[in-house]
Amino acid sequence: MRLWYAFIMIVVCFNVWFGSDALAVEIEDFAAQDTPSDGGQSIDLRWVATGRGKVFILRSTARDSAFSVVGEALASDGAYTDFGVEEGVNYYYRLGWMSGGDTLQTHTVGPAVAKSNWFRKYRSNALVTTALMFFLVITFVNRAKKGHPLYIRRIAGLSSIDEAVGRATEMGKKILYIPGILSLSEIQTIASLSILKHIAKLTAIYGTDIEVPNKDPLVFSAARETVREAYLEAGKPDQYREEMVTYLTYDQFAYAASVTAKMVREKPATNFLIGSFFAESLILAETGQAVGAIQIAGTADIPQLPFFVTACDYTLLGEELFAASAYLSHEPVLLGSIKAQDVMKAIIMVVVGIGIVTYALGSEFIKNLLLTR
Amino acid sequence: MRRTLPLFLTFVVGMFPIFAFFVPHRAVSDLNQQLDTWLVIVAAFALPLGVVNLVGSNITKIKRKQKGWPYSIVLLAGLSVMAFYGIMGGEQGFHPKFQYMFVNMVSPLQATMFSLLAFYVASAAYRAFRARNIEATVLLAAAIIVMLGRIPFGDMLTGGRMTPLSEWIMTKPNAAAQRGIIIGAALGAASMQIRVILGIERTYLGKGQE
Repeated sequence: MRLWYAFIMIVVCFNVWFGSDALAVEIEDFAAQDTPSDGGQSIDLRWVATGRGKVFILRSTARDSAFSVVGEALASDGAYTDFGVEEGVNYYYRLGWMSGGDTLQTHTVGPAVAKSNWFRKYRSNALVTTALMFFLVITFVNRAKKGHPLYIRRIAGLSSIDEAVGRATEMGKKILYIPGILSLSEIQTIASLSILKHIAKLTAIYGTDIEVPNKDPLVFSAARETVREAYLEAGKPDQYREEMVTYLTYDQFAYAASVTAKMVREKPATNFLIGSFFAESLILAETGQAVGAIQIAGTADIPQLPFFVTACDYTLLGEELFAASAYLSHEPVLLGSIKAQDVMKAIIMVVVGIGIVTYALGSEFIKNLLLTR
Repeated sequence: MRRTLPLFLTFVVGMFPIFAFFVPHRAVSDLNQQLDTWLVIVAAFALPLGVVNLVGSNITKIKRKQKGWPYSIVLLAGLSVMAFYGIMGGEQGFHPKFQYMFVNMVSPLQATMFSLLAFYVASAAYRAFRARNIEATVLLAAAIIVMLGRIPFGDMLTGGRMTPLSEWIMTKPNAAAQRGIIIGAALGAASMQIRVILGIERTYLGKGQE
């Protein structure tokens, strides 16, 4: 073991001694300043280097003493961001590097002070887009309130919900509704609960059994309220049972095992898989397919879409999932927001089209306009 | 008040992360992190509700001798033993028996479920790649090219043409289609979020559309 350490030390010394000779560095225009548009947690260092090699970042709170190494960078990078600073403190910097066995340093720069800013300038484009989206939604919702007719195309997956519930009613079997595996902070889960309410109303009217197994405890509580409310609105509060909405486990694959076991044992007539899914998507959808259930899936998780398209009878692709509540309720106010979404999509298509043409002509203006961090 | 307060809270809690996205000031980012912590606390309070429901429904299943009731005994036993040793671990970390059961029982079971995916992918692929119509035939052809492009045998058969063709399918038509869906889904999600924040979409509250 000692031999091994000795070997490593020799290699390190060799690199430092001979390597640094070979990679001589000269630094010019070294400067330090507060990182713009941040929360006061970093300072940017810039320099111009000739030659290759590694430089050490030296920092102190005094101009002439107590410098210590806080990081390293390649000289050719010409930049380093120091995240180990406190807001409002004066910092001085030097760059150091090895040359012929000696340690060389630049002159001291500073003081640089990290400050909190009130706006991220590099996100101005995102702010404009967000404001435009809000404006469009509010405008079209107001137009819808005034009675302007709005058209929404037929979505096969949503139109077939009645047929799927009807099939379960005729067969006298239950409906399994799986609201995904993420929590209420996921917008797909909220969209899924909107669809659950519509389906629970139908099961209340037809007297069909429904079961909603949950992975997330928050979704479990919200789903229970949603189903109870749906039965109340359908005028059948007496038919609602607590065991319609159940909690299984917080573990992804234990949840998948439990739900697939339910499918195999109880053979539901209809499965709804609507929400956010990960690796368990195909396990659930293929098992449902194998037991002969009619399956309607919906997700905006792109990697899971091919699995659902393959194994399910109908699939709500991305935006169709979010349009579901408007489509199912036919509420003009909700349809207004779908119209706003379409207008925004048209604007994006035009901008992307112009971007393609201008980029092909050698201009990067649109590309840079759309870049954000 | 019963409807106004949740809607007001939704507006404030929904708008704040948008505000924090554009405002980097430490005061704002600290409060935003605080909101995330509150979410974890709320979720922690909801967890006992789930456990109570799980225990209750499985006890009922055993009492009524419903189909598969012996599995409920296994579930309750597993839940009790794991919870017992999990609590016994205290602040020092995991109890050795908890660690033993997790490594030797829970992890292999998770891995088993995950590994089943291989068989499900095979059966799904068999169904998807049957050339029943033009679209399915195009899908089958693209799949064959991509699969052959991933292995040396494909290049050996075609004199090195399969890998570039496979890369072209993945980075051009496939990426273009995916980006189309991503843009649509992102706009859909943004529209839904605005509806929720502004109180236009209320179904999740269980209070109808009034």
